[in-house]
Amino acid sequence: MSVVPISWYLVLSAILFGLGVIAFVFKRNIITIFMSIELMLNAVNLAFVAFARARNQLDGLVFVFFVIVVAAAEAAVGLAIVIMLARNRESLNVERINLLKF
Amino acid sequence: MPILSHLWIILALPLAGAAINGLFGKRWPQSAVNSVAVGSVSLAFLAVLELVREFSHLAQDQIPYVGNYFTWITAGSFRVDFSLQVDQLTIVMLLTVSFVGMLIHIYSTGYMAHEGGYYRFFCYLNLFMFFMLTLVMAANLIVMFVGWEGVGLCSYLLIGFWFLKKSAADAGKKAFITTRIGDLGFMIGLLLVFWTFNSESFGEIFLQAGHMRAESATHVGVLTAICLLLFAGAVGKSAQLPLYVWLPDAMEGPTPVSALIHAATMVTAGVYMVARMHPLFSRAPIAMFAVAVVGAVTAFYSATIGLVQTDIKKVLAYSTVSQLGYMFLACGVGAYAAGIFHLMTHAFFKGLLFLAAGSVIHAMGGEQDMMKMGGLRKKIPITYWTMLIATLAIAGIPGFAGFFSKDEILEAAGAGPHANLWLWLLGVIGAGLTSFYMFRLVFLTFFGRPRFDEHKVHVHESPKNMTVSLMILAFCSIFGGWFAAPHLVGGTEYFEHFLHPVFSSYAVQAATEQAGSLAGNPGAEGGMASSPAMELLHALTGWPVIVGILGLLVAWWFYIKKPEAPKLLAQKIHGLYLLLLNKYYVDEIYAALIVRPLLWISTNVLWHGVDQGLIDGIVNGSARVARESGGKVRELQSGNTRSYAAWVVIGAVGFTVLLLGILGMVVH
Repeated sequence: MSVVPISWYLVLSAILFGLGVIAFVFKRNIITIFMSIELMLNAVNLAFVAFARARNQLDGLVFVFFVIVVAAAEAAVGLAIVIMLARNRESLNVERINLLKF
Repeated sequence: MPILSHLWIILALPLAGAAINGLFGKRWPQSAVNSVAVGSVSLAFLAVLELVREFSHLAQDQIPYVGNYFTWITAGSFRVDFSLQVDQLTIVMLLTVSFVGMLIHIYSTGYMAHEGGYYRFFCYLNLFMFFMLTLVMAANLIVMFVGWEGVGLCSYLLIGFWFLKKSAADAGKKAFITTRIGDLGFMIGLLLVFWTFNSESFGEIFLQAGHMRAESATHVGVLTAICLLLFAGAVGKSAQLPLYVWLPDAMEGPTPVSALIHAATMVTAGVYMVARMHPLFSRAPIAMFAVAVVGAVTAFYSATIGLVQTDIKKVLAYSTVSQLGYMFLACGVGAYAAGIFHLMTHAFFKGLLFLAAGSVIHAMGGEQDMMKMGGLRKKIPITYWTMLIATLAIAGIPGFAGFFSKDEILEAAGAGPHANLWLWLLGVIGAGLTSFYMFRLVFLTFFGRPRFDEHKVHVHESPKNMTVSLMILAFCSIFGGWFAAPHLVGGTEYFEHFLHPVFSSYAVQAATEQAGSLAGNPGAEGGMASSPAMELLHALTGWPVIVGILGLLVAWWFYIKKPEAPKLLAQKIHGLYLLLLNKYYVDEIYAALIVRPLLWISTNVLWHGVDQGLIDGIVNGSARVARESGGKVRELQSGNTRSYAAWVVIGAVGFTVLLLGILGMVVH
């Protein structure tokens, strides 16, 4: 079984991260934006795991666990905020959430 | 050997079906969705059949056949391969899951034809097949865990299929959260397995467990802890006491889902896991006893609840919990083969019962209350006959599938190497209750006078694609148990004989001999039952059969002979009746002990206390400090020139004093 070179993982990670950024900037639905953040986090995770595997060290994996924990906490808080927004504003469109606008 | 060397094909087929339907099915007509969904599962079933053919050519020393595809996880010394394996136990499970799954897919094309989200339903159903097949083919605990959690996910998605209905969405959440409690134990068990054996693959674990000494207290202690933790996962997944509460609520999902996931396959995953881990359980007597006790008590307990339920699907749900209890009882007394045998026959007859109940509900236009049915026998004859066959099978009437498997379980509980009189007694009483509530269901639904408005409800037989599945499963409910038939006249029990290599290869030394004597020579009970005819007579007049027929007769007396009797009895023992009708108030007790305190803490401590008090307090407090100090400082700007002048003087003096002080320090 041939080993996949690390650059492939990094390219994939970069593509995923780029997709996440693009979706983050252009999407209006707050849940989609939320998902694009998760995509970026996981792109970073992938890079961590790839390095950990290439260098045969555990440090990268430990970081991934931290990221996963933070992402889980973020998802819990973020979704709660989304639900409150949906209830109060009856919309998930970020452009309509503008009460604090100057 | 195309399939054996490419085991992943069996998994890839339903996964591809799920992906295609999930991504494109929304815009496709129903016929296209049907052909993808049913086609992929049927191909998987054909692949399994081919696998069985190839498997039969393998030599015994090549079993279990392990296919290793790639290294999935490596982290330090922790290494998990994505590997699948095939042995006799896997073959039985694969055949059962793919066959029943295929029939239920076909049935669903008729049952769900008028529902919205048609493609979504089949996408989830195919995904479920993928995870269930992964679960049974896994060659290590981590891959098994993927399947284990995946079927849980699909169960959640399908229970909440009609997610706009609040009760359905709640039931989905309840199922997911309740099984999560058990899965926590399962996960800790996985960690403990790795900590003990430094591996997660079955072959390696069992090999090392085989070297553990039964005299060593630490070895036995670790094994007991592992087994109890893994069993906690099984208790959640297979709906045993005390985590069974999600299964009756899961009936909110569409009926084919109840049949496939909550009767035939997913809920039996716990039993399969215990049977798969038998080398560990066999070496942990305390864990084995716990499994047997939980199984027997659940079998009896939920049978009593089933006695008084009036929702046709709820009766079947409690019946499923009860039958799963029998399977655990079998595993707990060391009769793993009997447990798996009951798992298989149960998949046939309980799948059939649910599908037939679905056909009844379909015919009644959505009515599920048995009290509003009656007299349907002539109007939907195919449903009636198939459901009657399934009922005879579950009641353990001789000649039907359930008789053979239940008989074996109770025989093992009563006379096997780990026999226990009390557990046997619970099992036998439970068998009588099972027979009663099942015939009660049949009599209330199909006999007597119609208790609904015949002008409003147009009772009609279901379409062909539904009745065909019913008839095939009915056939299996009769003949699916006949592998064991020669055993009754003193011959070989073919099912147990087939599974024998799996359950003997890592068996504890002493137990091997007993298992061998059970499998090979049943005449060992004594010289009394030596001739085949005597053996047959002995089996046909055993307690399970007697209580089964007794249950039938009592149900007949109550619901056909004297239809007013049940009400009188309910009034006479009103307290007990209410207790059973309200399911021992377990949901209420859990709500009072767990749900409400959690909500109270969340509301009063975390929300009003921490969130509003502490966090809002800090945020608002710092704002208030800024505002109030600003307010005070603002008063300096009074607009009064003399006061400004005074401040300038004070400032100048103060600055001079400060400067002098610094200068003085420098000079010194």
